[in-house]
Amino acid sequence: MSILRAILSGDPPRGRPLALVLTAIFVGLAFAPLLFPGIGALNVAAKICYFVVLAASYDLLLGYTGVVSFAHTMFFGIGGYGAGLALYDLGPSWSSILIGTGAALLVAIALALVIGLFSLRVRAIFFAMITLAVANAFSILASQLSSFTGGEDGCTFRLPELLRPGFRLVAGPFAISGRLISYYLVFFAALILFLLMLRIVNSPFGRVLQAIRENEFRAEALGYRTMVYRSIGNCLAAAAAALAGVLSALWLRYTGPAVTLSFDIMLDILLMVVIGGMGTLYGAVIGATIFVLAETYLQSLMAALNHATEGLPLLPLLFHPDRWLLWLGVLFVLSVYFFPAGIVGGLQKRR
Amino acid sequence: MATQPAAAIETRDLSISFGGHVAVNAVSCAFHAGTLTAIVGPNGAGKTTYFNLISGQLRATAGRVLFKGADITALAPSRRARAGLGRAFQLTNLFPNLSVHENVRLAVQSRLGRGLDLLRTWTRHSALIEEADDIIRQVGLSARRTLRARLLPHGDQRKLEVAILLALRPEVFLFDEPTAGMSVDEVPVILDLIHAIKGNRDRTIILVEHKMDVVSSLADRIVVLHNGELVADGDPASVMALPIVQEAYLGAANV
Repeated sequence: MSILRAILSGDPPRGRPLALVLTAIFVGLAFAPLLFPGIGALNVAAKICYFVVLAASYDLLLGYTGVVSFAHTMFFGIGGYGAGLALYDLGPSWSSILIGTGAALLVAIALALVIGLFSLRVRAIFFAMITLAVANAFSILASQLSSFTGGEDGCTFRLPELLRPGFRLVAGPFAISGRLISYYLVFFAALILFLLMLRIVNSPFGRVLQAIRENEFRAEALGYRTMVYRSIGNCLAAAAAALAGVLSALWLRYTGPAVTLSFDIMLDILLMVVIGGMGTLYGAVIGATIFVLAETYLQSLMAALNHATEGLPLLPLLFHPDRWLLWLGVLFVLSVYFFPAGIVGGLQKRR
Repeated sequence: MATQPAAAIETRDLSISFGGHVAVNAVSCAFHAGTLTAIVGPNGAGKTTYFNLISGQLRATAGRVLFKGADITALAPSRRARAGLGRAFQLTNLFPNLSVHENVRLAVQSRLGRGLDLLRTWTRHSALIEEADDIIRQVGLSARRTLRARLLPHGDQRKLEVAILLALRPEVFLFDEPTAGMSVDEVPVILDLIHAIKGNRDRTIILVEHKMDVVSSLADRIVVLHNGELVADGDPASVMALPIVQEAYLGAANV
């Protein structure tokens, strides 16, 4: 137990219900290829993995530091394009992945630093607006520089042989495919990144971020240079988002504006963090899982309900699969209404 | 080393005005190590504003602030805090959703410069934890160490405010009405703590206080501010006897 505690940085989920839900998600993702056969289910599991990292890194800003940024998908995109373009231009090798990841991290951190230095000093609303403007400009740039980025169509690339779907590590009935190796690469990378972020929020540094969120004036009066701490937090969040982008690119073997830079994803991350619970990284896990599952399976669930209620008045219309977005909206409104502190806030014991 | 040691804190013609209103007007005053000075004056006299100029929350429009002889007029509050200027606020000013222990630990951590440790959990910093616990015990909050600050009763929030200041171990303590809003039986805990700090001869204490019994039992010297100006300065007995003080501060309602 003490080893587990140390891995979780002394911050295990509080309360049995929360621990059970998180364990279920962990087991589900760790054994996804066995538990949920089929390539569709594995796609969903991988998407949950990298969205957990993305949502958790956003919570580092929003929930822990109290900084509202709309540029988080830009950093996600920098990771996706970094890995994707390196694999496309330099060929499908491991060194391309490393070069692409390294370059993406550098660009993400430098950009986060510049945005932070220019605008973290000003009022929160201006910071939010500036991030929105920069992210928009970046998105337009990615679409316009089509000779470099593939434009609106994005770019499809090949992975190193080990990760290709056609690859088989051992032949025969117990074949380990390249797809399986890719999945576990994404899973373990996401797990390590999540645990690293959990460590950061429970470090002395993480407490300073929370202190700044709670009372910036007092943090300054205690002797903390709040600008420095916020800038570092901003850079760490950007770096983690970029790494999530790399994972998404490796899984999708594609990168493009729609899957990495679109503002829709920004809203999705925001909802994941708010629904799961701000200021707790476990909230990001639950938020990302629920969101991706709802987005993927609500439509088929409604098709089934539509079919089951056939013949009844009104109900089939209500459950028509085309209305899935309406129900997704209803779900979110209900969850925010019943869990104002997020699902984690509702599940865990009050201090 | 100069023959005459520099004052711990000195203000020279320190002024600030908001629009046309001069809140602090050319206040020159030196505070020496080992002394406790009480600043008194009616509401709106500029006492808290004067404190804000010393600790850096406000920038002076004219004049200078010297800390041990060095000009700190342009330094940010965080720089002044790291240099050894500690401030307890009049309006309770805590980290509301962090625990009592975390509030104090953040101050210890700032003093020891551990804030940039990213990769070890705070639970591994046992020196920080023990020191914070020790200070919490001194102010009598041990039973509530895991409670969130915003859930504390008012008197305990004041004690926590003082605990945070103690944790910074500053050379200069700025107490802004440390006993305001406390019940009568809680006040002695705070006064004892201030007494203990005073016993340490290289510390400087500046105190804004309304309660005259507190002032007369603690202060070596009283400075009177009125309408932003320094109107009297001297030992407690003689300052309290001055007609201008009787008129300006005590007025009709003699406490």
